[in-house]
Amino acid sequence: MARRRRALAMLAALAALAAIPLVAGLVNQPFYLDLFRRIMIFAIAAVSLDIILGYGGMVSFGHAAYLGIGAYAVAIPALHGVHSAWVQWPLAMALSGLAALAIGAISLRTSGVYFIMITLAFAQMLYYVGISIEPWGGDDGMRLARRSQLGGPLDLGDPHVFYYVVLAILAVLLLVGDRVIQARFGTVIRAVKSNEPRMRAIGFSTLRYKLAAFVLAGAVGGLAGALLANQTEYLTPSYMHWTRSGDIMVMVILGGMGTLAGPVLGAAAFLLLENVLSAWTVHWQAILGPLLVLVVLYARGGLWGLLPGGASRDG
Amino acid sequence: MNWLLVVEQCLNGLQLGVMLFLMAAGLTLVFGIMNFVNLAHGSLYMLGAYFAVAFLKWTGSFAASVVLALLATLVVGMLVEVIALRTLYERDHLDHVLATFGLILFFNELVAIAWGRAALFASVPPALGGFVEILPRLRYPVYRAVIILVGLAVALLLYVVVSRTRLGMLIRAGASNRTMVAALGVNIRLLYTVVFGFGAALAGLGGLMAGPIYTVQPGMGEEILIEVLVVIVIGGIGSIRGALVGAVVVGMVDTLGRAFLKPMLATVVSPAAADSAGPALASMSIYILMAAVLYFRPQGLFPATRS
Amino acid sequence: MRTIKAATVLALVAALLAGPAGAADPLKIGFITTLSGPAGIIGKHMKDSVELALDHLGRKVGGLETEVIYGDDQRKPDVGKQLADEMLKKHRVHVVSGVIWSNVMLAVAPTVTGAGTLMVGTNAGPHELAGKMCNELYFTTSWQNDQTPEAMGKFMQDQGLTDVYAMAPNYAAGKDMVSGFKRYFKGKVVAEVYTKLGQQDYQAEITQLRAANPKVVFVFYPGDMGIQFLKQYAQAGLREQIPLYSVYTVDEISIPAVGDAALGNFETRYWSPDLKNEANARYVGDFKKKFGYTPTFYGAQSYDGIMLIDSAVRAVKGDLSNKKGMVAAMRKADFKSTRGRFTYNVNHHPIQNFYLLRSVKGAGGEIEMQIQKTVFENHKDAYYQDCPMKW
Repeated sequence: MARRRRALAMLAALAALAAIPLVAGLVNQPFYLDLFRRIMIFAIAAVSLDIILGYGGMVSFGHAAYLGIGAYAVAIPALHGVHSAWVQWPLAMALSGLAALAIGAISLRTSGVYFIMITLAFAQMLYYVGISIEPWGGDDGMRLARRSQLGGPLDLGDPHVFYYVVLAILAVLLLVGDRVIQARFGTVIRAVKSNEPRMRAIGFSTLRYKLAAFVLAGAVGGLAGALLANQTEYLTPSYMHWTRSGDIMVMVILGGMGTLAGPVLGAAAFLLLENVLSAWTVHWQAILGPLLVLVVLYARGGLWGLLPGGASRDG
Repeated sequence: MNWLLVVEQCLNGLQLGVMLFLMAAGLTLVFGIMNFVNLAHGSLYMLGAYFAVAFLKWTGSFAASVVLALLATLVVGMLVEVIALRTLYERDHLDHVLATFGLILFFNELVAIAWGRAALFASVPPALGGFVEILPRLRYPVYRAVIILVGLAVALLLYVVVSRTRLGMLIRAGASNRTMVAALGVNIRLLYTVVFGFGAALAGLGGLMAGPIYTVQPGMGEEILIEVLVVIVIGGIGSIRGALVGAVVVGMVDTLGRAFLKPMLATVVSPAAADSAGPALASMSIYILMAAVLYFRPQGLFPATRS
Repeated sequence: MRTIKAATVLALVAALLAGPAGAADPLKIGFITTLSGPAGIIGKHMKDSVELALDHLGRKVGGLETEVIYGDDQRKPDVGKQLADEMLKKHRVHVVSGVIWSNVMLAVAPTVTGAGTLMVGTNAGPHELAGKMCNELYFTTSWQNDQTPEAMGKFMQDQGLTDVYAMAPNYAAGKDMVSGFKRYFKGKVVAEVYTKLGQQDYQAEITQLRAANPKVVFVFYPGDMGIQFLKQYAQAGLREQIPLYSVYTVDEISIPAVGDAALGNFETRYWSPDLKNEANARYVGDFKKKFGYTPTFYGAQSYDGIMLIDSAVRAVKGDLSNKKGMVAAMRKADFKSTRGRFTYNVNHHPIQNFYLLRSVKGAGGEIEMQIQKTVFENHKDAYYQDCPMKW
């Protein structure tokens, strides 16, 4: 029953997102296309973080590193004339996944706050490396000469096409994510979060499962980074800074972690609030800050938990 | 090799470490005893610096401004704990992260509204200016030497309080088994508030001492917060001894790295490569150090045991 | 509890549905700067200067009722680009202006010019936009980043100074400053030290510096890094021993924070509050009267930006669709700039003078920057030859 309601809620949200371009066209505000596209891209990043954070209990403060790697994986080939998305995007996912494998292999030896800090450390290291590498712009960043080419009628230069491509990727991610969570892999991950020693006692090699989840999250993060590079047509190493990881984490927690729709809601709420509040007043952080505190104090399941019937914790 | 230079750099590293220790001690206390991730610790550091500047303007006396700033930060810390954070102890670390992140945004803006966004003027008091001759031909700024002394004094004070007084005993007991301590009739809520306030005061002390040599502006706590987190992780969460050792090690590695890494590199690789790799590696040195420590000791150097 | 939740949701929905306000004003200018966070002070200087310019023009730029829409880029390039998109598509501005940071500019400028809209940059001067990426629709009222250190290099070269110890933060701008300096300074550079971006404590580097015993120190430390470095340099007793020359380090923002530690330092700049011309006297005088503090070059550039736009709109008699006309008018730089008259180079960057400044105790006892001499007259940047535009 809860599953049906969840699926319906998710479908409703996706339908609403699909309708945005039409609404934007009706009120003649094409900007909303760009705004919601950016929201969806961060939603993809937030969902990828939720896989390990919400479901797996691994609080990674270095997730922005994978977005950065994914972004560079698009810009650097573009610099050398390779514009095909079919090359760039799988490359982004592969490189981020590999980085996640390396970082995870070392970091997952720790837990709790130590894990948080070591993931942060790795992200910062990548950030400082990024600033120093001059051929790739250092912190002046790199311009994307051209958006990734999908071939045929799918021209990402057209804002509508780009929007629906991102929406499609988000929808696929949510669908696949739901399957994975309900499948054996997902169940193991959630069980590990709940009681790792017990899982080990039963005979699961928990490190392997956690690492697999970590790599998966990293790879999807890389895809989000590739899309972000296309969205901004520009990237800098600051995409990898720990404060960006913090932003994504806030989106996940705000929206409701341990759910699939939560991060999407969180990304939307955070970015919309930021956009609207900063237009009202220079002191918008004095409003956003206490708002976050209020959400933590009174809305335990995040925003997703606020919605009627959406508070079921296991996703 | 100019040995006097090395000695001076070691002093610099020690001083940086001691500064980090003041922040780390408060943070690790709160973490270890209340199991609470307080990202807003950097904001309390910032408030300490701002209060000191404000009280100096008001009273004209450096000594008075120090005492008043410490008191003010202590009060603010306790207020924050009672109003916003008290209910969060039982909750997930992530809720702590989100809530204290919100507090960071709030305090940064509050300070900007109250004092403006421009950096405030804060300088070393004339009484503490000048140099002291530590070794022949080695003149060290008095103010920085004072920081080292203050930091070591605080470390000693903390050691005495935690291991020799009743309060310290309560703190250690509360960290071990909160429920039992409450059952024995101790007002655990008051204890936590006091500990949090004490940690805030330590952060404020760090801030007011840093003000004259660093900048006093909104957001000044964030940069140092990261370094402090690295320190307590290396040292071991909940351990004051770990915080001291971790802080000094981080201070030393960072300082000596910045001073000697590039010239050392230049002896093995080309000067051009050393030129670009040196600074980059020096910026990352404390992170590399932390990763290395965690690889061999995933709980830090002196993990405090918890039940 | 439920009411708090409901209220939050309602507030969100209401905020979303609120569209742009009042579509009656004919001229809309979008101004992107950093208004929050530690660097927000710079944004404040720029915003206040824009407001003063509007006051001086009677709130009518080029004779048209004007609305300026400010955007806070939070120092993030992707937020800057989103703001540019919002200004172009939602608010439908006619000109975009502002932008402090080079990396934000590199994201924003192509977006704006790509949409066929005029952009008047008022601070960032990345070399890409002065060279290969120069664009007919992109103008700047500031400078190209390298010009300021080039002036310092020329001054020190002319003075025959040698044994220079150079320090800067380890990022693109830092490296550019030192290379710009070395373009004109051919003497001996004892060391080039790059420090961590955002570093607070320079004691280690200062100790090394003292051990190296240079004759002159040249640094680039913007913002809070500058305040920290200046304080610590003075506290180490080096201010009296080794003269400190810098770019973008000692200015009207950092001086109040460091006090005497900034006394006697040299900088090079294209402008100073004491530069003598009619427009500048009016700008600085009225600014101090209205806002109560001394303006910086960030402000002077932003003021000039509005004046430049004003001259262009006047030239096309308010016909904002005549972009070619506005571009032609802007190229003439026919307005009263706070730096005095200047001309535009082919890459739409100013050809202007650069002066040596020194921080001294002014008539009222306050520390202020004063012009000592002219270092460059009508100085062109080093990248204009890469710009394919010819006019």
